[in-house]
Amino acid sequence: MSTLTAVSASHRPHRRTHQVLSSPWATAGAIIIAVVWTLPTFGLFLSSFRPADDITTSGWWTFFAHPQVTLSNYAQTLDFTSGISVIKALLNSITITLPAAIIPIVLGLLAAYALAWIDFKGRNILFIAIFALQIVPLQMLLVPLLKLYTGGVSVGGLHLFPGFAANSLSNGFAQVWITHTMSALPLAIFMLHNSLAAIPTSVMEAAQIDGAGHGQVFFRVALPLATPTIASYAIFQFLWVWNDLLVATIFTSGQNAPITKMLSDLSGVYGQQWYLLTAGTFLAIIVPLIVFFALQRFFVRGLLAGSTKG
Amino acid sequence: MAKNRLIYGASIAAALALALAGCASDQPSANNSGDSSSGAGNAAGATVTMYGTPIGDEAAQWEASWEAWGKANGITIQYTGDRDFTTNISTKIQGNSLPDIAVFAQPGLMKAAVDTGKVKPLDATTLSEVKKNFSEDWQSYGTVGSQQYAVPLDAAVKGYIWYSPAQFASWGVSVPKTWDEMMTLTQTIRDKTSKPVWCAGFNSGDSSGWPGTDQIAEYVLSASGGDTYDKWVSGDVKFTDQPIVDAYTALGKILLNPDYVNAGFGDVASINSTAFGDVAIPLASGECALTNQATFLQASFSTAKTAAGATPKVAPDGDIWAFMMPPVAGKATAMGSGDFAAAFSDRPEVQKVMAYLASADYANSLITVPNATFITANQGVDVSKEANPLLAGAITTLTDPQTTFRFGAGDAMPAVVQQAFWRGTVDWINGSDQATVLGQMQAAWVDA
Repeated sequence: MSTLTAVSASHRPHRRTHQVLSSPWATAGAIIIAVVWTLPTFGLFLSSFRPADDITTSGWWTFFAHPQVTLSNYAQTLDFTSGISVIKALLNSITITLPAAIIPIVLGLLAAYALAWIDFKGRNILFIAIFALQIVPLQMLLVPLLKLYTGGVSVGGLHLFPGFAANSLSNGFAQVWITHTMSALPLAIFMLHNSLAAIPTSVMEAAQIDGAGHGQVFFRVALPLATPTIASYAIFQFLWVWNDLLVATIFTSGQNAPITKMLSDLSGVYGQQWYLLTAGTFLAIIVPLIVFFALQRFFVRGLLAGSTKG
Repeated sequence: MAKNRLIYGASIAAALALALAGCASDQPSANNSGDSSSGAGNAAGATVTMYGTPIGDEAAQWEASWEAWGKANGITIQYTGDRDFTTNISTKIQGNSLPDIAVFAQPGLMKAAVDTGKVKPLDATTLSEVKKNFSEDWQSYGTVGSQQYAVPLDAAVKGYIWYSPAQFASWGVSVPKTWDEMMTLTQTIRDKTSKPVWCAGFNSGDSSGWPGTDQIAEYVLSASGGDTYDKWVSGDVKFTDQPIVDAYTALGKILLNPDYVNAGFGDVASINSTAFGDVAIPLASGECALTNQATFLQASFSTAKTAAGATPKVAPDGDIWAFMMPPVAGKATAMGSGDFAAAFSDRPEVQKVMAYLASADYANSLITVPNATFITANQGVDVSKEANPLLAGAITTLTDPQTTFRFGAGDAMPAVVQQAFWRGTVDWINGSDQATVLGQMQAAWVDA
């Protein structure tokens, strides 16, 4: 019953917030912020259609005075090769990103379910430990992980993991997936745990009384209820991996390099072709945009999950 | 229900097993590849990995320089370029993820790599090629202790003053022979055009400022000679000492003078916001009369346009040409940079590649790559094969034993000092007091 009183007490401030946020002033403010926020991207987009000379000598706003449109930046970017073609780099990006987004979600869900709904000793300490792992910066992992992949693990002469061959380090993807998974798991487990833990105990108990084991509860009850969180985390992780350059430059070499590496090469050693970055950026942004718009409705719900309950 | 639980458990276990199998299938043989070929001695069909700074078009041109040889000898050289080579190579060395050959642009960085003990000394064949083809100066850049570790690949000569022969003819002026003549020439052009004469661009991302520090170093080398220059690089001559102060003062008369800069871009401060390669644009269009930049500025003219809208012709009688920075005092000096290949592996195919890179054959192949602007310090090179007279002149300068050649001061200094040198020069352009800026640069030696 304490929840009931809490609801009525929290209702009024909530409505006032709603009124403040939907006032004309707030709307105008939001529009101004949106315009200012979008302006650089818009300028970049416009620049990508301007001839190289114009880009290097004048700002994008002069486009309106001297409109000159060309697709040559896009043509040059698509023609660009840096060991591999742009298309191969895009395919590499997809090959890297999909498993690197799916693996942490699968592992994270299993771990989050166990941490939220299976009662075992030291559960809270384990959860806090995993949560705390988030503070380990990715940069700290690079050297130890490289050593692991090249040298393998052996305990007392027993080869637990022989390490990857040099050939697979420069052509394969497993090392990139594993690295991204390792760095993503703490946040994945934390976010998914919060969403799973928010399921009312009564729902879980009802399922158990009906005879469902942990497997059935997981697939039939927990998974459907956590879908928005899974989707929003999937977008986070997808964008993070797609935009990653650091892991890509350290753990790939040449044949398996993703589009971000290609973009960083695009302007040339002396930066003399930096105007191509305008077109390159928009080519690289297409896939993330598709993913974002496809999963957008889950994204908003996922961000709000739990915030408006009660 | 126990049955269901079993199914789920089994399916999860199966999924995990599959994932592990997926990882495992990436390793055909135990541990590092290449073990299989080392016993055979026959390098045919082998792959050698190479890692360096050039990317994009430059990487493609570089690959073209050894492609024919690789095909003929059955060795595939798999090159990976990385803009952040300088930082990432340290990570890769620490993590044991070593390329067969790494190409260093800074001798200092190469020496740091050698200190890890993972770089292999040159084998006898490669060593004899290096000794035969390179001057002692160039050999010394790849030497640590008494051991030769690196093969010099390509080179660049800095300190070219780019100008328009057509404009010079119409103004009735000629190429200056000394620094003082160049200052007089600058004033003459200023009087004729009433517009800024020089253009400069110091913007280069994380390493902004290097085009300025190069000019300072060129002046120091030319005015004070090789000995003072070496002492400056090693820290024995301070940034606050007279030779360096003189260089800033002399260059300040051009770079800090709103009458002389920044043609085609704006005021003095616009030097810092201009990308260094963009100076090619006003130079080609005729807005800018003079700019100081290395041989590689030539790459930027392919996208520039003359006032008439055509692609500028780079030739002694064309739209664009360059002369070496005139000497401040005494004999000719040249400052430049170079790339050095060092091997992390002593497999026979790697040694074969290293020996080829040191050979005169490779030097000739390098300078004849179409559209490229590579030059080399390899004395076995046949200069007549270089179609571009400017680059041919640069090669002659590099291989001439009479020229005092020095490596770019920043590249030879410790990284922290180099950064301070860059940053300080940017501040100096922004109007900071010269003495203060020089003091800050000198202070960076404490951290070196």
